[in-house]
Amino acid sequence: MSSHGSGAVFKDGGHIVIVGASLAGLSAAETLRTEGFTGPLTLIGDEPYLPYDRPPLSKAVLTGWVPAEHTQLPRRETLADVEWQLGVAAVGLDLPAKEVRLADGHSVAFDRLLIATGTRARPWPKQAEAELEGVFTVHGRDDARLLRQRLAAKPRRVLVLGGGFTGSEIASDCCELGLPVTLVERGAAPLVGALGGAIAERVATLQRQHGVDLRCQVTVTSLEGDAQGRVRRAQLSDGSSIDTEVAVVAQGAMRNTEWLRDSGLAVGTFGVGCDAGCRAFDINAIVTDDVFVAGDVARFPHPLYDYQFLSLEHWGNAVEQATVAAHNMVCAPAERRPHVAVPAFWSSQFGVNIKSVGVPSAAEEVVITQGELADTRFVAAYGKAGQLVAAVTFDHNLWVEFYQRLIEQAAPFPPTMHGVEQPALRSPVPAAFPDPRVPTHDATVILTGHDPNERRVQWIPRHHAPHEQQTHTSA
Amino acid sequence: MTQAHADMTPPAAPPGPIHVVVDLNRCQAYGQCCFFAPDVFKLHGEEALWYDPAPDEAQREHVLRAAAVCPVQAIVVAWSNGSEPQINGGTP
Repeated sequence: MSSHGSGAVFKDGGHIVIVGASLAGLSAAETLRTEGFTGPLTLIGDEPYLPYDRPPLSKAVLTGWVPAEHTQLPRRETLADVEWQLGVAAVGLDLPAKEVRLADGHSVAFDRLLIATGTRARPWPKQAEAELEGVFTVHGRDDARLLRQRLAAKPRRVLVLGGGFTGSEIASDCCELGLPVTLVERGAAPLVGALGGAIAERVATLQRQHGVDLRCQVTVTSLEGDAQGRVRRAQLSDGSSIDTEVAVVAQGAMRNTEWLRDSGLAVGTFGVGCDAGCRAFDINAIVTDDVFVAGDVARFPHPLYDYQFLSLEHWGNAVEQATVAAHNMVCAPAERRPHVAVPAFWSSQFGVNIKSVGVPSAAEEVVITQGELADTRFVAAYGKAGQLVAAVTFDHNLWVEFYQRLIEQAAPFPPTMHGVEQPALRSPVPAAFPDPRVPTHDATVILTGHDPNERRVQWIPRHHAPHEQQTHTSA
Repeated sequence: MTQAHADMTPPAAPPGPIHVVVDLNRCQAYGQCCFFAPDVFKLHGEEALWYDPAPDEAQREHVLRAAAVCPVQAIVVAWSNGSEPQINGGTP
């Protein structure tokens, strides 16, 4: 190893290891090479696949338009000499020894490390029920391939457990395939944790208009199988039951941090705490020099949101944060950049393209600034204390950048709009987000407070009502 | 592996599978790609772009033109030269 003392750059000497071979890991590797890092570079991934793109899995793949194997991401020529360790999970991190321990018993030494292990699907908490044939989660390429095969066999009904983005997109796919679908959502409406009750009500109507049997403020209490171990029925908390051959558990994601539990890093439910430059915090909230974090597993402070820590599960964040992390891994300290991109994501469902910029769940109020809520072509602006904090567009792609600029400038709320069509709902109404202390499965942006070593909120499945989860203070 | 961006005349591409990814945060649904490579890109509804990330070889020219004309340059195309990377610890 050479040249990474204070003030020096880290370009040729030293070994960089990236744990997590998905979008963030790939983006970081490309940036490291683009920025002139010529030293040895290792990517470790638990799946036996080169990096692939996940968003198409719950859309074009499940409808059968694109095979799951088509989702491999483009790789730049600069990655020709990367060492890929795929199909083997990292199971531990020894910081004093600067080694990553692998599931196959080997260790990989590093000089600098990037943690980009992302998330996985939250499994159905009752294991025996989760193992019934016909019960699925959708996170990886194999999950999508198996569920696609099942949907192609025309089941008589599909039950979707959870009305977040993934669950809603899967329900939309079922409608497109002509399959009867029931969606069970614990909250007041689908996407309520992501968009708030005022807008989520419109999503509920949209889903019903497309034929979804939507059951809100209800949970699935148990899944029942037949003698052959195939799922056949779901019992609901309102006393009703649904006969189904397929149950898709879409109850959000869990961050892959277990392998870091004894590492001494600041690891919690919402990911690995890091500074705005993507450097990981240790459990004393002291920033580390050689360990960086990016993508869904990172929890980082954002200046636009009072420096609260954010946890995001967004495609764009994985790319942008990995790019910043990689830059900071190899630049001189004075050239470090902060990751301050405005969070943004999209979802395609029921023929509507939904886009979001900012952090809607930070808002107290929402107002329709363009279009009409009723015809699902509109822009909803979200505000808090007189400041614009987010915007959500339904089939208004062209306007996203405009609102992004306003958010970056901390523009006033409600925003003044000149020369655009005047919508009916011109006065702000409560945004109606659920209590932020109760985790929802559909929020892909979470404001997680100021404690750099946050560990208090835990998901604890209850044995009597396993779908219900609660917050728990263990500190 | 080679990268193609905003050039109306695509470079001579080596053989090997092509891979496409679209930054859908950036995409504004102008739909130009759907004209140039209709078997690869399609609008799902009014504004949601769906695409085949690993189109058939025969689509190569169409895909490169679609990437070149995208008004917001949201389409990235790359192709391998046929030699897949060396992988340890598992099979791709």
